[in-house]
Amino acid sequence: MSKIFAFHGGIHPPENKKQSTRSPIRPAPVPAQLTIPIQQHIGAPAKPCVKTGDYVQKGQLIAKAQGRISVSIHASSSGTVTDISPKAVPHPSGLNAPCISIQTDGKDEWIDHQGLDDYRSVPKQTLIEYIRDHGIAGMGGAGFPTDVKLHLGDDHIVNTLIINAAECEPYITADDMLIRERAEQIVGGIEIINYLLKPTHILIGIEDNKAHAIRVLEDALRHTELNIDIIVVPTKYPSGGEKQLIRLLTGVEVPSGHIPADVGIVCQNIGTAAAINQAVNYGTPLISRIVTVTGGAVSKPQNLEVLIGTPINTLLETARINHDQLSRLVMGGPMMGYTIENDSIPIIKTSNCIIAATAEEMPPAPPAQACIRCGLCEQACPAELLPQQLYWFAKSKEFEKAKHHNLFDCIECGACSYVCPSNIPLVQYYRFAKNEIRAEEAEQRKADQARLRFEARQARLEQDKVDKETRRKERAAQAAAAQAIKKTTLETAQTNPEDQIKQLKTAAAVTRTKLKKALSALEKAKAESSDDIAQLDLQYKQAEHAAEEAQTALEAAEKGALVSAATSNAPDIKQLKTQAAVARTKLKKAQQALKMAEEKGHDGVETLRATVAELETKAANAQQAFADAEASNSSSGAASQSSAMLQEAADKALQTLQKAEAALATAIENNSPAADKMQAGVEKLKSKYTEALSALQDNAKTQQPSIQQATGQQAIERKPIDLKALKQNVSIMRTKLKKAEKLLEATDENSAEASELQQEITRLTQLHQEAKAQLDAEEAIRIKAAAAQGIDLKQLKIDAALARAAATKLQRSIKKEQESEQNNLDALQAELITAQQQADKLTHTLSQFE
Amino acid sequence: MALIRITSPHVHKPVNTAGIMRLVILATLPGLLAMTFFFGWGTLINIIWASLLAVTFEAICIKARNRPLYFYLKDYSAILTAVLIALALPPFVPWWLTAVAVFVAIVVAKQLYGGIGQNPFNPAMVAYALVLISFPLEMTRWTAPFMLQGDGWNILGFVDTLQLIFGGWSEHADAFTSATPLDVMRHRGGLTTEEAWRASDVLANVGAWHAVSAAYFMGGILLLYKKIFSWHTPAAVLISLGAMSTLFYVISPDTYADPFFHLTVGGTILGAFFIATDPVSSATSNKGKIWFGIGIGVLIFTIRTWGNYPDAVAFSILLMNLAAPFIDQYTQPRTYGHKAPNSGLKGKA
Ligand code: SF4
Ligand code: SF4
Repeated sequence: MSKIFAFHGGIHPPENKKQSTRSPIRPAPVPAQLTIPIQQHIGAPAKPCVKTGDYVQKGQLIAKAQGRISVSIHASSSGTVTDISPKAVPHPSGLNAPCISIQTDGKDEWIDHQGLDDYRSVPKQTLIEYIRDHGIAGMGGAGFPTDVKLHLGDDHIVNTLIINAAECEPYITADDMLIRERAEQIVGGIEIINYLLKPTHILIGIEDNKAHAIRVLEDALRHTELNIDIIVVPTKYPSGGEKQLIRLLTGVEVPSGHIPADVGIVCQNIGTAAAINQAVNYGTPLISRIVTVTGGAVSKPQNLEVLIGTPINTLLETARINHDQLSRLVMGGPMMGYTIENDSIPIIKTSNCIIAATAEEMPPAPPAQACIRCGLCEQACPAELLPQQLYWFAKSKEFEKAKHHNLFDCIECGACSYVCPSNIPLVQYYRFAKNEIRAEEAEQRKADQARLRFEARQARLEQDKVDKETRRKERAAQAAAAQAIKKTTLETAQTNPEDQIKQLKTAAAVTRTKLKKALSALEKAKAESSDDIAQLDLQYKQAEHAAEEAQTALEAAEKGALVSAATSNAPDIKQLKTQAAVARTKLKKAQQALKMAEEKGHDGVETLRATVAELETKAANAQQAFADAEASNSSSGAASQSSAMLQEAADKALQTLQKAEAALATAIENNSPAADKMQAGVEKLKSKYTEALSALQDNAKTQQPSIQQATGQQAIERKPIDLKALKQNVSIMRTKLKKAEKLLEATDENSAEASELQQEITRLTQLHQEAKAQLDAEEAIRIKAAAAQGIDLKQLKIDAALARAAATKLQRSIKKEQESEQNNLDALQAELITAQQQADKLTHTLSQFE
Repeated sequence: MALIRITSPHVHKPVNTAGIMRLVILATLPGLLAMTFFFGWGTLINIIWASLLAVTFEAICIKARNRPLYFYLKDYSAILTAVLIALALPPFVPWWLTAVAVFVAIVVAKQLYGGIGQNPFNPAMVAYALVLISFPLEMTRWTAPFMLQGDGWNILGFVDTLQLIFGGWSEHADAFTSATPLDVMRHRGGLTTEEAWRASDVLANVGAWHAVSAAYFMGGILLLYKKIFSWHTPAAVLISLGAMSTLFYVISPDTYADPFFHLTVGGTILGAFFIATDPVSSATSNKGKIWFGIGIGVLIFTIRTWGNYPDAVAFSILLMNLAAPFIDQYTQPRTYGHKAPNSGLKGKA
């Protein structure tokens, strides 16, 4: 039996659970009208896929999940859809929300359904999809879509699965009764979750006030091979809160702002496990649930199996409500549930309890007195907050202070309100403060966005103006230049091979179009067996000839250009590549045409064959030219390209590694059981990173000579290694080294770890030095390069900084000037502009070297 | 069906502020009995007189501030303050001194600051400190324990006591007065503690004070058991005072009184359990309460040993009241899921 790790605070309200566990779970009657909200879960509402008047069968999909976090909705009984419109739904806000109403026909006719024969044979993805399609959402409280949690195995290392059966709220016994009567369903569900998440161990947390259920569960678990521990925790509210239960069972705290999966834990409600079992093994979607109907105003408190969408009054009638005594109707438990004013509200997937309370049971709260700072709330708070301070801050609207006192870690459990002797509705204050802060933040975000938009617009307008101006100037200059050039280049233009090719291309295209036209005309004529076929034939032949001529001219010109391009200093690889590709396509087309012609036995086959052959050589030529050009280029370009890629890969690996290491550190700190597994993961990542690094280094080595040879000018253009990355690398090494050294200090000198650490430090020192050397070399190259251009990089840096400072100073004095409304503003502004220009120029020059 | 929207939680622990106050008042009973047994009727008469005044002053203030009278009166907080004042004052102080003290406590220290829950200083201690400074003569005129007098009960009956308090001080009463043990210890001239113990009647009869402290201690334990306050403040006060006095006693037993003396005479126990634990004016978190208590303990020893006033509980508590908001800033508890507590005025959001 595992150890239990107590959490701070907690309270012991009267349990009131016995009343509803006396009789077994009974099915509630099928109501005449079902009202099924399309959002019963956290996330996006499902999208109705039936319309008014449709006949639906029990279990039929009536609204489909939309988006990643959503759940499908099914008809809970057979009948006719009468209406899809907003209705009152169970929600603390009391607002209306869209519902699908079904007039039941009393036949309760099932749609064909069937579970998976062997879920282990389906891909996990499909299985999770299947669960999602069967509308499973968390049945404990918030109704978080279950499939999302089942995906957590993909990107988290899950080593503990916690099944929440604590049911710590007073009155509620739905889970208790479920375990007593349907333990085998629960075990089946746990097996499925286990298959999907592969945790190393599974814990079921249950409060010690459910002796019967614990016995049954123990029996049921004898038949499973899974490694499941039932952990009985002392009855204390709110031990069933997710965070509290995790702490109770594992001693791990979920870091603020994180989800349990971040520390390797996934929680599922026990009812959800049963629902998963029903869906996967029997194909039954989530269309009913167990609801505790209890409270002093019902004479037969009990648990009912209720169809989703059944109005609450049906249940109250079944449990023999006494309307005269009813004073408060609570959905959920007395600590966190909410009151409902309207008993026609339907049961949804998350409704676990209905309390029809009498006035004696839940008397109206007496008026709040002043807080006497007695600290009882603080002793009760499971989140270890200072509720009294939060209350003062919320009351005085000092939200910053409230946030500083971790208001957002409040789980709204109500323990503080429960114990407050002054009857202060503390939770209400926290809800208010949270809402206010959220609204404020949203407002702030909106304002920020608006400001950004405005600034961007201003900048754009400014830029537009500048652009227009430059464009205008450019145009003017161009016009002048063109005028001058036109005279002199009329002839020389002819000799420009590119222009020539362009012209030729157009000519060829024109002739081709003509040819086509001629051909179609000819064909038309032939079809109509008109008289002027002969003439058309002639025209066509002429056109063909012209086209051929144009084409040859073009090809010749292109060849010439190609040759000149190949021999020129900078072979345009891209163009060559395109040409090769074009040639290949042409070839392919020709080949196809040839094939077709051959099949049909046309007489043009021979010519086509010739074309194909020609094209083949052309394609080969083009490919060759491309390959040559590339080869000559790759010695420099490709190498640096691949090195950049490698660098990127290494960087990425490092990032992942660092993230994993950080996670591991938190895990170890929190004593998370996940630590071991995470350690393994980190090792793997480390080796990956080293691989990437060594690949990079190999690559760098092959490049080394060329770097050293490179003159300054080349080095600038090449930019093979990012200076920033290098710098970062050095600092990372330094921090790592320091850390290791610190660790060494802390460990025993003679221990094995110490020597290991010593080794590690030596290694790190080396790495650090290497990195530094690399950085220095790189910087030296840059300085040299700059020097080659007669620029002292250091001086440049200083100058740039000075210029920037001068500009800022001027800006400041302008501001002052503006305030004092003196009139040498213009002069100052002009000065500022020059200063800014100077700074910009220097920065720009500098950036060329960095 | 008329159902109204009410937010959770829907159940409430059957406790209320008035109940807590009543319980604290009840817990002073053993102390009151011991006081009466050893020092006569004076304390009881003072309690009744102070309570009447307190309720009156409180009522006037609440009316003046336009608040619901009964709602505020029924919280018993004024009566508790009155009881604490009366227990702290010498048993035979004249009636007007009590009246001044209660006026200061209720009107100035509490209502002017905004009533219950708003006062930065403990009202009873503000009052005590004020009258101690203003009327040193009356405040140091303690009666010698009746045990000392042998037939004290016959000499100073209930009616005599009433006369003494409301009629004015008579020569006749001087026979009963004596300094407190703390006084004797503080102003013992050149004597060593050893010699002082032998020379003084008062110190010879210190047992009466021990007994009163024991009675308060019982009441305090009852409140601890009832979880009216947590152990942090009283434990910190007593342990730090004990540690301080032990340290100095070990260094020089001739100059400094022993720790047991420090813990059991004067208002130490009453202060540690009934006044320092006043939640309104103390630090908030458990950690804060420990610092708060340590401060009080250290100050008590310091003022008693080197200061001018022999009894230092009131000043120590007031000084620490002053420091409580500051302590609060740096002693937030570590919230679930956080590595370290936030501290200071503002930190990372
Ligand atoms: S329990 Fe109520 S009265 Fe006591 S400190 Fe908390 S909020 Fe104030
Ligand atoms: S409602 Fe919030 S502040 Fe109150 S006890 Fe629960 S977690 Fe603590």
